[in-house]
Amino acid sequence: MENAFGQPQSLVVLGGSSDIARAVVRKLCAARTETVVLAGRDAGRLEEAAAEARDYGATTATTVLFDATDPTDAGRAVGAAFDAAGGPVDLVIVAVGLLGRQREWEDDAARAAEMALVNYAWPVAALAEVRRRLVAQGHGRILVMSSVAAIRVRRVSYLYSGAKAGLDRLCVGLADSLEGTGVSLQILRPGFVRSKMTTGEPEIPFTTGVNEVAETVMAGLASGARFIWSPPILRYVFFVLRHLPARVWRLVADR
Amino acid sequence: MRALAGWGRTAPSHAEVLTVATEEQVLAAFATGRSVIARGLGRSYGDAAQSGGGLVLDNRGLDQVGDIGPDGVVRLGAGVSIDDLLARSIPEGWFVPVTPGTRQVTIGGALAADVHGKNHHVEGSFASHVRSVRLVTPTGVCTVGPDRDPSLFWATAGAMGLTGVATEVELTLTSIETDQVLVDTDRYDDLDAVMAAMREGDARYRYSVAWVDCMSRGRHLGRAILTRGDHARAEDLDRPRLAAPGPARLGVPFAAPPGLLNPWSITAFNEAWFRMAPRHREREPQPLGRFFHPLDGVRDWNRLYGPRGFVQYQFVVPDERDGVVRAAVERLAGARVPSFLAVLKRFGPADPAPLSFPQPGWTLALDLPVGPASLPGILDELDELVAEAGGRVYLAKDARLRPELARVMYPRLAEFAALADTIDPERRLVSDLARRLRLREG
Repeated sequence: MENAFGQPQSLVVLGGSSDIARAVVRKLCAARTETVVLAGRDAGRLEEAAAEARDYGATTATTVLFDATDPTDAGRAVGAAFDAAGGPVDLVIVAVGLLGRQREWEDDAARAAEMALVNYAWPVAALAEVRRRLVAQGHGRILVMSSVAAIRVRRVSYLYSGAKAGLDRLCVGLADSLEGTGVSLQILRPGFVRSKMTTGEPEIPFTTGVNEVAETVMAGLASGARFIWSPPILRYVFFVLRHLPARVWRLVADR
Repeated sequence: MRALAGWGRTAPSHAEVLTVATEEQVLAAFATGRSVIARGLGRSYGDAAQSGGGLVLDNRGLDQVGDIGPDGVVRLGAGVSIDDLLARSIPEGWFVPVTPGTRQVTIGGALAADVHGKNHHVEGSFASHVRSVRLVTPTGVCTVGPDRDPSLFWATAGAMGLTGVATEVELTLTSIETDQVLVDTDRYDDLDAVMAAMREGDARYRYSVAWVDCMSRGRHLGRAILTRGDHARAEDLDRPRLAAPGPARLGVPFAAPPGLLNPWSITAFNEAWFRMAPRHREREPQPLGRFFHPLDGVRDWNRLYGPRGFVQYQFVVPDERDGVVRAAVERLAGARVPSFLAVLKRFGPADPAPLSFPQPGWTLALDLPVGPASLPGILDELDELVAEAGGRVYLAKDARLRPELARVMYPRLAEFAALADTIDPERRLVSDLARRLRLREG
């Protein structure tokens, strides 16, 4: 069960080898989390993350495999993860994502479809099953990893950002649908984060490390805020950026 | 289906709420096979009276108040509140033997938490004044008491509803001549002074409690107001009366914005509270409600803590480990974690209940708003200190203890869980608290 500070005892991570997710799992395990289920594509990397969770205090950490390009399999994957938890699940982190290679893929129909499947269709399908299970349980929390890129889509990453924008907006409605059910959904909107996903990408202002994001997530879980911005100042930065004229936006964003 | 949380308004969960008025209805609830827990007026601070995805039985339908016998014995439905009871009993010259700081608890809830009051050091906790209980369990209905199936009776006291649903309680009331308490008040400039005064003088008083300011630091660390007294006799007053306390005049209509209670506002409140108390005053008559139930002055005061809610941290440590009390006050004052006046009290002997909170020594209770990032860690550190000292935290207040430490603090938990399994082998009696601390697993 979750405690008064929003610290869960049991946790399912969809996209469990994500660097940000791993940093959050480390902090959660150091606090109260005992049961961790990590679901993802790469068995080796998941095992590594599971071992890390145990090092940080989890009593059981197990893994579940799935293919994020196949949304029809999402329901099964979520079911397998909940079964592996073996009891009520307090927090589900949806961290599935693929940054892709925009310039090479933007004129490639198959790759563009893959970006939409992994970043949008699979998470949406998984959230339907997560929602059903948590509502039946009467409590629980969902943390969906969006991105500040979802607030205003940049030319240099529109396949990724556009899918995240869809997911982010869908989750606002999903969160509203959960009012009064005992279940809540929070949306994490990190800025540019140094991680394996962004290796080689040029850094931009307000870049943070994964531990800083995890720290912000812990505070966000305690406060219950619907949107968790990391770093928090990006809430205001993007309020401005969102309203820039397109021409100015391109100058700012396409560097 | 309804979202339920404790008085601290943290960690809500959703459950189906059924108001029960008969034992048959309780048995029918068990027959559904779902998880079941009883709930009264929801004054437990944490997650004791909720059970996510299950059935929560509202005991307010069990509302019969019997006639009070010449010996003060009365049969009460478990859903009768202390407020309901006092409205009836005070005019007849009877008071509850033990009362917490609010009248808004049910008799069933008072037994489930084995509540204590300002007289614990002389008269023990609530269950010590109970003659018998009708208890509905998944395996049947039984009557238990200190001399009838005592092991199940004591297992029920303090077990937060995990041995069954109490439907009726037979309680021995305390005889009173007036509705006033004669109160001695003293102000102390630091924690050591008030603790010395309590150690030395509490035995002379039936009721005793101190309010400690956890926001003052340095020389005035833990300055306190000590109030002690006993019921006024008819000859003590010019015009003795027996009137029940009235309802709260003030209320909080909606949740305050976050941050209303912050280090500055709380420091200012504590300063005013401290300065308003007399340095020394003797035998001041105070109405029962004002002396015993300060929490009932303002309805829904928990909303002042805003949408994130608050936790109450209450622990007890043995007499010789009073250093833990000082360490807790120092740690919280040093971190500037905002805390309203804390309550300090000395406990007398424990009762035989395995999960009852009180044990001889010092207890300190603090209200702490959820918010400061350092708070979870500080409370975890204090848990370690308390456990190491042979003390414990109060399950009726808890919303954040580690399950491992619950076993250290309540060493008879395994014995309790084994007994609970005999009356509920399928473990239907489950609350969020029980899940979080694994209380049914022993």
